[in-house]
Amino acid sequence: MAKNLEHQIDESEKLGMQIVKESEDDRLMTLSVGPQHPGSGHFRFTIKVDGDYVVYCDPDPGYVHRGEEKMCEYRNFIQNIPHLERPVIHDSANITYSYSLAVEELVGIQVPRRGQFIRAIASELDRQIYTLYWLAIYGIFLGHSTMFMWPTGDRELFIDLMDALSGARVTHAFNIPGGVRNDMPLGFKDKCLRHISYFEKRLKEYEDIFYTNPLFIQRTEGVGILTKEDAIRLGVTGSVLRASGVPYDIRKAEPYDVYNEIDFKVQYMKSGDSLARAYVPLLDMKESCHIMRQLLDKMPESGEVRAKLQPTPKGPPGEAYRRVESGRGALGYYIVSDGSPKPYRVKISVGSFRNMIALPHLLVGSKLADMPSVYWSLNYWPVEADR
Amino acid sequence: MSQDQNNKSGSSITPSQPPSTPTKAAAPPAKKGTEVPAFENGLVSQIISRFGEDKIKVAYIRPLRMKVNVDPTGIVEVATFIRDNLGFDHAESVTGTDYPKDNQIEVIYQLGSYSKDDIAAHILSLATRTNRDDALLPSLTNVYKSAEYHERETFEMLGVYFEGHPRNERFLLPEDWADLPPLRKEFRIRGR
Amino acid sequence: MIKDLINPTNFNLMVSKISDILVKALDQPLGYAINWGRIWSLWPVHLETACCSVEFGAASGPRYDVERFGIIEAFGSLRQCDLIVVQGTVNRKMAPRLRMVYDQMPEPKYVIAMGACAITGGLYVDSYNVLPGVDGIIPVDVYVPGCPPRPETLIQGTILLQEKIKRSKIK
Repeated sequence: MAKNLEHQIDESEKLGMQIVKESEDDRLMTLSVGPQHPGSGHFRFTIKVDGDYVVYCDPDPGYVHRGEEKMCEYRNFIQNIPHLERPVIHDSANITYSYSLAVEELVGIQVPRRGQFIRAIASELDRQIYTLYWLAIYGIFLGHSTMFMWPTGDRELFIDLMDALSGARVTHAFNIPGGVRNDMPLGFKDKCLRHISYFEKRLKEYEDIFYTNPLFIQRTEGVGILTKEDAIRLGVTGSVLRASGVPYDIRKAEPYDVYNEIDFKVQYMKSGDSLARAYVPLLDMKESCHIMRQLLDKMPESGEVRAKLQPTPKGPPGEAYRRVESGRGALGYYIVSDGSPKPYRVKISVGSFRNMIALPHLLVGSKLADMPSVYWSLNYWPVEADR
Repeated sequence: MSQDQNNKSGSSITPSQPPSTPTKAAAPPAKKGTEVPAFENGLVSQIISRFGEDKIKVAYIRPLRMKVNVDPTGIVEVATFIRDNLGFDHAESVTGTDYPKDNQIEVIYQLGSYSKDDIAAHILSLATRTNRDDALLPSLTNVYKSAEYHERETFEMLGVYFEGHPRNERFLLPEDWADLPPLRKEFRIRGR
Repeated sequence: MIKDLINPTNFNLMVSKISDILVKALDQPLGYAINWGRIWSLWPVHLETACCSVEFGAASGPRYDVERFGIIEAFGSLRQCDLIVVQGTVNRKMAPRLRMVYDQMPEPKYVIAMGACAITGGLYVDSYNVLPGVDGIIPVDVYVPGCPPRPETLIQGTILLQEKIKRSKIK
């Protein structure tokens, strides 16, 4: 065999041709899935493919890095709320909830009970709004445009509710250290219950059209399996963690505000593939409707919604670390105060940044065509990861 | 045991020591008039009994939150002990704070637990301090893989070099960033 | 009399007068037809710059349907798009990419600056990584204010762009 090849090489060299031997570098192709790409959002990652298999992946975030943590040091505790909610504009009630909890611990504020309930209701509504947008984009990535239109239309119901509650569709600046800004309008409870009953019926329709669609199942079942040990070791959070068999939800593990009075189950699945990571948010949404009904039921009829504060609240020097379960996972704030009205250091630990480490781990070894299914199922919102 | 009930009573929150005093002096674990929560105290005393009082300095022990300060030389062993024996299996966040008054940068690891139920709500903060002008620390990537990207971000934002980390490179900032690390206190943002 | 008409100077004058009339007769309706085609098929590039992309996504939804205005987010290459909607903050890492994308689009191309951050830097004007407004790097046609602008405001912005296109002359 080798002799044959040498003979062929000699022959072709006589003819003046050169045999191009396939080298290692030639086989690999580097792709830059960049910020201008219908499949990546505002995020870039570089992958090297060998034929159809991915051998190397390197995420490159930072396209929406706006310096949130540095800006926090130049504004006082209440002035920080509007710009801190911009990382995730449609889930803003959760990212400011965690901040408010940390500031209340530092300054020593006690939130009135009705305010705690309204904060929890806003948090659940925003969780639905975020998860429906995530589901819509997942549908688009996999080419299922009905699954883009239906959640985008259904989330308008919840956006209407938040609009009635706070005055703005998204980025409502509704939470504030000490409670919420204003009380609920009249008739909110009935409207909310009507929307929830409609939405629970729609969730069944989503399952029929999307989750039991054989094409969707083929594209996501067995793809990008994250085992339970790897999930714990890599420190992922949120629905990615719960889809790998770890039933960890901060609302159950470390209940904040009124969540210790609410009865709900942590939804989790054991398989750890993309299908499970797509299913867990759906189950979370069902559970969230259940939680909202209980919250509306148990809320006190009247009362204050925010604690009385000085115009520029300040507390003794200290540190606080509080976290909240948002649509993407545990959202923690580490705030250091040195006694002045402006925080000394604010660190935001977001679920998207913690889940990013699973992306190279899962993509290496999988096929290129599985990339959108794996990437978006990690519940990664690029604007939040960059802060 | 929920923090909510403790917050309502308002009396068992221990204020931590102010950041401007140097950590070389041992901090008293509790101020007078408040008691130290027993379970958290038990966890911290396991660490102290293993490594000794002079290596581990307790910053504060509150319900569900504990903070210990360690020297940079011993931090890898302490972290391995915490992971294997106490059960804190991942790092929730890693960050640094610049204290120009002490000429130090404090890097703090918030460690949480997914596998053990009785410490699921607890966060153990592991802090270490290094000199500001020549910031060098051993990396905990081999102990806690979840800290990898956080340490890389701390490198670019504060200029702390982590020895043993696979990539001490720019991550979120633009490629042509030629200025000071942004989170240092001498980096003033425009107009303020 | 025919000899009069066909002598050189008069012939030139006659030809130029007829061509004037032809241009005036055809330019207007032809221009109108071409502009009409451009207005009702503005295809935006899929470049999400920052948080306003959520409201742009909501505008493509069934309630505020921008597809009836012809704005379909074409998932093909950017060489077949003619509108770029700068959605929100542009920071220093994204700015060269934005310029590269803008340069690759074929003429005629239009730019809508959406959100306060794209107009002047908005809430993030004093951040270390944010450009104060995007009209320093690409020429903007329509500014849509808001933080984020409601989808109805975005639709009003596209209607303003349509009127601007209607008024423009075809070269």
